[in-house]
Amino acid sequence: MKIAVLVKQIPDPSGVGKLDSKDHLLVRDQGEVVLDPGDSYGVEAALQLANGDGEVVAISMGAEKAVEVIRKAMAMGASAGVLISDERLRGSDALATARVLAAAVKGVAPDLLIACTESTDGYTGTVPAAIAELLEWPSLTFAKELQVEGKMVRIHRQTPNGHDVVEAELPAVVTVTGGINEPRYPTLKGIVAARTRLLDQPTLEDLEIDPAIVGVGGAGQRIVAVEAAPQRQGGEVIEDQGESAQRLADYLAELKVI
Amino acid sequence: MAKKILVYVEMAGSEIAPVSLEVLTKARQLGDVEAVVLDPEAAAAAAAIGSYGATTLYAGIDEDYRKFVAQPAAAALASLAAEQDPDLILFGATYDARDICARLSARAGLTVLANATDVQAQDDSFVAISSIFGATQNVTTELSGPSPCILLRPKSLPAESVGGSPAKVVSVSLPAGAPRGASRLESVVAPASGPKLEEARVVVSGGRGLQDSSNFELLEELATLLHGAVGASRAVVDAGWVPYARQVGQTGKTVKPDVYVACGISGAMQHTVGMKGAKHIIAINKDREAPIFKLCDLGVVGDVLKVLPALIAELKSRGVSG
Repeated sequence: MKIAVLVKQIPDPSGVGKLDSKDHLLVRDQGEVVLDPGDSYGVEAALQLANGDGEVVAISMGAEKAVEVIRKAMAMGASAGVLISDERLRGSDALATARVLAAAVKGVAPDLLIACTESTDGYTGTVPAAIAELLEWPSLTFAKELQVEGKMVRIHRQTPNGHDVVEAELPAVVTVTGGINEPRYPTLKGIVAARTRLLDQPTLEDLEIDPAIVGVGGAGQRIVAVEAAPQRQGGEVIEDQGESAQRLADYLAELKVI
Repeated sequence: MAKKILVYVEMAGSEIAPVSLEVLTKARQLGDVEAVVLDPEAAAAAAAIGSYGATTLYAGIDEDYRKFVAQPAAAALASLAAEQDPDLILFGATYDARDICARLSARAGLTVLANATDVQAQDDSFVAISSIFGATQNVTTELSGPSPCILLRPKSLPAESVGGSPAKVVSVSLPAGAPRGASRLESVVAPASGPKLEEARVVVSGGRGLQDSSNFELLEELATLLHGAVGASRAVVDAGWVPYARQVGQTGKTVKPDVYVACGISGAMQHTVGMKGAKHIIAINKDREAPIFKLCDLGVVGDVLKVLPALIAELKSRGVSG
């Protein structure tokens, strides 16, 4: 079985993000970049399904630096990678991103594409299902459990009050939620092996993507203003000396919840 | 000429999903509102949709909208959008609507913006407001091109009825040959007691500071005493302690309770974006420097595993029984 997994480089989520002062686009080439923590669940899910004898291909669209997150996925166990990196892609909207990634996935021709439900920096969450639509594949989203049997994929899809059991025929797109598994750490051996693994870097022309539909020019949206949001003011903070329970109970009584 | 706004209205059983009422309310301020419901019980929504100001209800009643996830609905919406050419298509951001909107966007070539907290009409376009970097900054995004799609975050805007007459029902059919895709075999409702997370007056949430998943029982006990619901930070959901449905924050739910009790939660921006709209915030955390203390009304610097049992005992001694 061949499984493709989407990975994304994002600014370190524990740091403070930054927008370019001129075009308001996220600054992606400065500071620490990391593999989106959500994607590590996708990589792990792919590796578990491949179970040693399948093939796992990590696919990313991003700045040159995104090669690092593909290498991270390879260090975890992915056998190959595809990086689409082109200055013309900067500022692409979610639809253009889906179009580029769909073209790359088509080239890899996997049985299954796995992604996380939404990225930790942009958290749009529409790209995987849009890719599925472009490829005319079914999409099974918000998976908290994932199984493949023969030509069928079945998930437990998170719902507001439980889960739905959802099934489709392969090839398909699955998005996984955090907590679906416990992502492995790359081993030293894996890190070394990752350096020699095959990395494909197709151009927009290879993918037959019209440059006019991507980047800032191809986007159907443009940030026109950025401003600081009003922030809450902090209140009283006390040190617990054994009597804070009374203070908390008094406060709850004051708020009339007890 | 007034703009034409198409609102995708989602059903929760035989009722309209609360977020869809928020979206209809917003849509009224932007132009003439038409709604679309793709559900076997769609026609039953006409009165409620009319009372929220929509003049027309496009109703698709095929069973397959329920049986299959997103794909038939996206196909029907794409053909409706091509026929009606709305100036804007609005969705409430639910699990299903996000998939439907994503597929519609790809199928019809429409731009999509997720996580909007507000939408405003300009002379010849629309702008969406969304917050980034843990709601420390608001960005305004102008949308262009045919029928842009916007997903509005639940609880961002009020729902207000205007008492209009029932919407005129126009039936829409599922386009011939539309692919069905992934099928729902079964719906499992997790046993739950107490109020829903999104609707609770009190939310008691836990994070890494609880140290072990079994300590979530303390939160359950406190929540029961306060008639509240239990929430969680992303860290503990990712660790598998509690299901994703409990997650409060950017990638989880937005809650606006009267009282939010953050237990062992540091207050990463990812989390605070989902709870800073609470009327009152109480925080218990052992790290005096945790960012949660900058936005709480009452903070206790201490070990949550000592403070919580003491608080539960104190409440019981005051006769609180839940």
